[in-house]
Amino acid sequence: MNRLMLLIVTTAVSLGACGGGDASDDRREVLVSSASSLTEAFLELEAAFEDAHPDIDVVINLGGSSMLREQILAGAPVDVFASANSANMAIVVEQGVVAGTAAIFAINRLEIAVPIGNPADVTGLEDFADSGLLIGLCAQGVPCGDFARHALSSAGVEPIPDTNEPDVRALLTKIEVGELDAGIVYATDVAARAGIVIGIEIPDAFNVAAEYPIAVLTGGENRKDGETFAAFVLSDDGRAILVKHGFSAP
Amino acid sequence: MSSKRTSPVRVNRPPVLLVFLAALGMAFFVIPLVGLVAKTPWTNLLDLLSSEIVADAVRLSLVSSLAATAIALVLGVPLAWVLARVEFPGKAILRGLVLLPLVLPPVVGGAALLFALGRRGVIGEPLHELTGLVLPFSTWGVVIAATFVAMPFLVITVEGALHNLDDRYEGAAATLGASRWTVLRRVTLPMIAPSLISGVVLTWARALGEFGATVTFAGNLQGRTQTLPLAIFVALESDRDTAVAVSLVMVVVSLSVLVLLRDRWWRSL
Repeated sequence: MNRLMLLIVTTAVSLGACGGGDASDDRREVLVSSASSLTEAFLELEAAFEDAHPDIDVVINLGGSSMLREQILAGAPVDVFASANSANMAIVVEQGVVAGTAAIFAINRLEIAVPIGNPADVTGLEDFADSGLLIGLCAQGVPCGDFARHALSSAGVEPIPDTNEPDVRALLTKIEVGELDAGIVYATDVAARAGIVIGIEIPDAFNVAAEYPIAVLTGGENRKDGETFAAFVLSDDGRAILVKHGFSAP
Repeated sequence: MSSKRTSPVRVNRPPVLLVFLAALGMAFFVIPLVGLVAKTPWTNLLDLLSSEIVADAVRLSLVSSLAATAIALVLGVPLAWVLARVEFPGKAILRGLVLLPLVLPPVVGGAALLFALGRRGVIGEPLHELTGLVLPFSTWGVVIAATFVAMPFLVITVEGALHNLDDRYEGAAATLGASRWTVLRRVTLPMIAPSLISGVVLTWARALGEFGATVTFAGNLQGRTQTLPLAIFVALESDRDTAVAVSLVMVVVSLSVLVLLRDRWWRSL
């Protein structure tokens, strides 16, 4: 059973990896598994890193953090793991497949997102208790939903949501098209949709910091270049790219 | 149509290859159910199912799937009749449009409904301004999404039956002085009743299982828009035991209805 799983996972990962690289070049390949919320930031990090290291080919494998974790634990030859939360990284560390230690490289904060023009004149968290507005949150159990409820309860606001969306992108879509007056999403989501939604900051006193850890793994085929890439993500240049995409520095 | 004849050749031993492939085909349907049953938390099943969330979802699913079936019946039968009996240019395109929800990913259908009937939608915006009605995030939104994905099942089943119907019976009734409405009511509909019933059952089953268009168009709120499939999907993130328990209920309910109706009605097909 486990061997079958391993076969499926490694095939899936290497198929995914084939798409990214040019088969004819002889660059050394580094396989990086990164959480979907890092998509835009990591594609730019990849481009910047490859400019500085023409002999290395970074291949990014995107997915939900828990799915990436399962792939790694099933033996996928991943060199670097960038997770959207500490819980999934902790499990990987526990299984002893991390070389060295995991480091926090970025922090994602929550923001209120409203449609362009802010038609309902939303100003802050207290508007989430207004039954006259159409309000959306992520569902409970989904990280963004749990974080949002935590922020609202710290602010003493009892929200009256009209929908609890299964994931943050679904919530964002309904805000973009103006069907919802406001919702709570990540700062990076607002940055990714600049010009389509407007972000309203949540004060630090109530806000939640989601930590993103990165680690080099022992099960990969190119640990040395993996370490170079992880160091680049943690460097000032890497951080500047992450900040550009809405993350905060740890 | 299916009168049984005694054949001189022994037909009670089907080819081995055929049986093997059929068994493999059946495995596609059975194996996922085995997985579900294996993961079912039998010991606290009743506790998991007695929560308020599950009760709300069951109620909402029944109300919305039955409402969608009723709308599909009232609108779908006339649509099937027009497609089967009336000749007009562009009919192929119209039939294609009717069948589109069968092929489209439901989430695309949901997004299309949102763009059309949402508060900022092409039709939804004037509707909202005139009446104050907001369809997304309401139970009406759930019913509309379910009708959109499920009605094609009714239309194709009934249209097929009307096509295969020997129109001499209707002709005879008309010759005997029955009005067109009477012919439809007393001759046509009774003759296609078995197909009509299987169409209704398929439509209801599809409406009950509807997820993608609903979550995209109507959102997810307990008691208002959270049907059983939505409750299962959300619970999978946080509370897998409840998700599996509710899934099992859906399987048992749907399978019972399909098996019972088959015995009662489909035998006549």
